[in-house]
Parts: sequence; C-alpha cells; structure tokens
Amino acid sequence: MDAHSSTQSLRQAGWVVLLLAFTSGFIIMSVELLGGRILAPYFGSSIYVWGSIISIFMVALSVGYLIGGRLSVLSPNLGRYGLFFLLAALGLLPIVFFANQAMDAVFAAIDDPRYGSLLASTLLFFIPTAILGMIAPYSVRLMVNDTDHSGQVAGGLYFVSTLGSALGTLLTSFYLVLWFDMNTILLAMITVLLLAGVLAIVLNRGRL
Amino acid sequence: MNLLRLLLAAIVTLPFALEGEVIHQERSIYRNIEVQQTRNQRCLVFAVRRDDRRQTCLNLDEPDRIVFSYVRMAFGGLLLVPNPSSILIVGLGGGTLPTALAKLYPTAQIDAIEIDPSVVKVAEQFFNFKTSERIKVYTQDARVFTKRARQEAKQYDLIILDAFTGDYIPEHLMTQEYLTETRDLLSPAGVVVANTFSASELYSYESETYKSVFGAFFNFKLPGSGNRVILAKPSGLPSKDQLQAAARNLAPTLTTLGVAIEEFPRYLTTRADWDTNSPILTDQFSPANLLKNR
Repeated sequence: MDAHSSTQSLRQAGWVVLLLAFTSGFIIMSVELLGGRILAPYFGSSIYVWGSIISIFMVALSVGYLIGGRLSVLSPNLGRYGLFFLLAALGLLPIVFFANQAMDAVFAAIDDPRYGSLLASTLLFFIPTAILGMIAPYSVRLMVNDTDHSGQVAGGLYFVSTLGSALGTLLTSFYLVLWFDMNTILLAMITVLLLAGVLAIVLNRGRL
Repeated sequence: MNLLRLLLAAIVTLPFALEGEVIHQERSIYRNIEVQQTRNQRCLVFAVRRDDRRQTCLNLDEPDRIVFSYVRMAFGGLLLVPNPSSILIVGLGGGTLPTALAKLYPTAQIDAIEIDPSVVKVAEQFFNFKTSERIKVYTQDARVFTKRARQEAKQYDLIILDAFTGDYIPEHLMTQEYLTETRDLLSPAGVVVANTFSASELYSYESETYKSVFGAFFNFKLPGSGNRVILAKPSGLPSKDQLQAAARNLAPTLTTLGVAIEEFPRYLTTRADWDTNSPILTDQFSPANLLKNR
C-alpha cells in the first residue's frame, strides 16, 4: 500500500470516523452522568461528589488527548482506531461488575466523603475515560488530508462529538434512567463501543 | 368601582399576607432559605420561585404545639415503640421533631442528620433548636451517615425519615438498599417512621419498596391532610388493642403538643391502596424525581 492509496482510504473512512466520534462523545457524558448515581450510595449526592466526578473526567480526558495525539503520529489507521473502542469497552466493564466492591474498600479506608468520592471516581472512571479521550485527536489525524483544512476538519469533529455529548447527557438524564437499570445502560454502551470497534477494524481490513 | 378596587387590593396583598414578612434570608449551597413570620407564626421556607415550600412552622404563641399535620403524624410511631431510648431523625428542618421528642423523653439519645449546615444554623437561631450532650446533629449526607453507623453497629429504637423537601428528592435515600441499611440500624424492637409522597406514580413505587424491606407496615393517612406516613416494625406490628392501649397512655403528654394521638389507631391500616405490581426503587433504578411528576 503506497502513501497515496493510504490517504485515499482514510478520506473514504470520513463518515465512519464522524459516526464513531459522535458515539464516543455520547458515551463519555452518559457515563459521567451515571457516575453521580453510582457514587451516591456511598458518598452522597452533594456538590463535592459532582466535583470529584467532573474533575476526574477532565483529567482523564486531558491525559487521553495527549496519548491519542502521540499515537496519531505513528502510521495512523482505522484498525488501531477501532482498538481504542474495544479497549474503552473493556475499561467500562469493571464499573458494571466491581463498582460496589471497589467503593466498599474506599469507604472503609477513607472517612471524608470528599476524598472518598475522588478516589472512587479515579478507580472507576479514569481508565475508560482516558481511552475515550484518545479517540478525539486520533479522529482528527484520520480525517485531515492537508494543513489548509486541518482546522475545518477539527471543527467538524468537535461539532459532531460535542453534539453527541449533549445528546448523551440529555437522553440519559431524561429517559434512560427512567426506562432501564443503570447496569443495563452501561452494558448497552459497552456493546455499542464493541460494535464500533469491530466496524472500524473490519473497514480497515477491507481496505488492505 | 369601590368594590373592584377593594378586590384588586385584596388580590395584590393576599399572597404577602399569607407568606408573611421575611425576617431572614440566605443562600446555602443547596437552596435558598427564608424565615418568614406572620403575627403568630414563624416558618422555615425553602424558597423556590414557583412554589414556596414551608418546611417547618413555629407557633410563636404556643411554641410547643406542632403546626404541621405530617409532623404530628410522625408521633404515630410512638404507638409502636412507646418508650424509645435512642432516636435517629433524618432531615432536621426547623428541628421541631428532635426538640419535641427531647422534651417527651428526657433521657433519650437523639441524633439528627442534616446535609445543609445553613439549615442547622437557622434552626438554632430561629426555631429554638438546641444541641446538647443528648441531642446531636450530624451535618452530612444521610446515606453516608447510615453506612458509617452500620459499620459502628449503632442501634436506634426509633428512626424517623423526613429528608424530602417536596421539590427535590435525594434519589439515593429512597432505594431498597438504603432502607435495608436503615433497617440494620434498628434495635430488635425498633420502629421506622417515614414521611413519604402521597400523590403521583411515586406512591406505588415507594410503597412496594418499603414493603420489600420491612414487610407489612401501617399505612397512615389522616382525613384532610394529604400526607402519608409509613410506620414499620420488622419485629412485628402490634394489634389494634395494643395500639389503642398505647394511645391512651400517650394521650396526656401528646395533647399538649396538639397531637390527637387517640384518633390515630383507627387510621392505621395494612391494606394496600396502591398498585402492588409496581416495580421497586433500587440503587440501579431510582428515577424518583421523574416519577414524582407523573
């Protein structure tokens, strides 16, 4: 595969990158909102619990951006992009199966619910959120063909993924928590991430 | 023309007359708090523009008399545990309940949980609430307190749950898991009293959730009050005769508070007047605030 056909295939993948960036934006905010529910039985639902969750999500995303940006330098391709989604899905699994055990341990170890909720947020949400954060800069690299349009491409991606975040926030808080158990919602999002990852990997194979 | 003017004046001034004069106002991290006063009544109001919610009122002429019916109804719990030596109250408000219970039971240990430090301050400044060796206030989330207290194996003869403002429900204080943790804090013959919602879809959900944790309970509604109070006793509910005997014993002291305890037994029923197929609320599924509006 020469350099030209490689960029060609990446450009054709534009729609799928947009779709997947939307999906990751949706899931990041949906998980963040559910995070408040997950921590409340152990640390309450006070303002400091939200402070813990939001700050850990911000730190995790910023680390993810850094790592994703670094990885985008080394022969970027849809296959690796798909791998991020698979890893993010795996990273969310412990929230479904081990959240209570982890929070039991934190609750026993730390008296102050502020630092308890901060540590619990870190244990539960840091890794999956950081992986989801890697997707953003990598998406930009996959879609940018020339420096003239790099800003425009980045703008389009921010647009789509932030719109996804808005929708994830709204749907989760208005409807999903009314219709489903929290673990059902999380498992559905894990499934969507797995499907997204497989889609990207299959498309990458098809282009080889 | 004069009549019309009078009518207009009445319409304009009536809401103010009912709400009274604002004698204190502050914004806590949770809500806006007001203390309003009319001629003989002082009320704690969690100010929400569309619907001011009065939390507690104090009758200034007769400070011992309980103003709100749901607070009077909470004394129904004493029919099931006539002489509590340790009491937990979740949700302080103006501190009416701890103050009254401390007077009734001068040796009882009373713990009150209130998440909002400003509410504690206002209760002390404006509603004669006083902490002491016997009356302690813990300024923290009730769920966190309950989990810790369970770790420390604390026990209470009487637990009163009254943490809901009417506008917003802390959803993690309505679930089966929370009620189970609360039940674990009860002494062997302990009693839980819960002031709950009586309207909306939430009524069925909440009733079924309590039933799943405490088994059969007394559903307590007074005609004309619009409140529902749940009285639960996992070690077994007393008979009608036992209730009436308890009411006769309590009557002399409770009448001074304006609590007509002898009226209560006939309104206690274990009959379900809700949809018994309703799902229960859990930590996984607790959209209480959404259900409240349906």
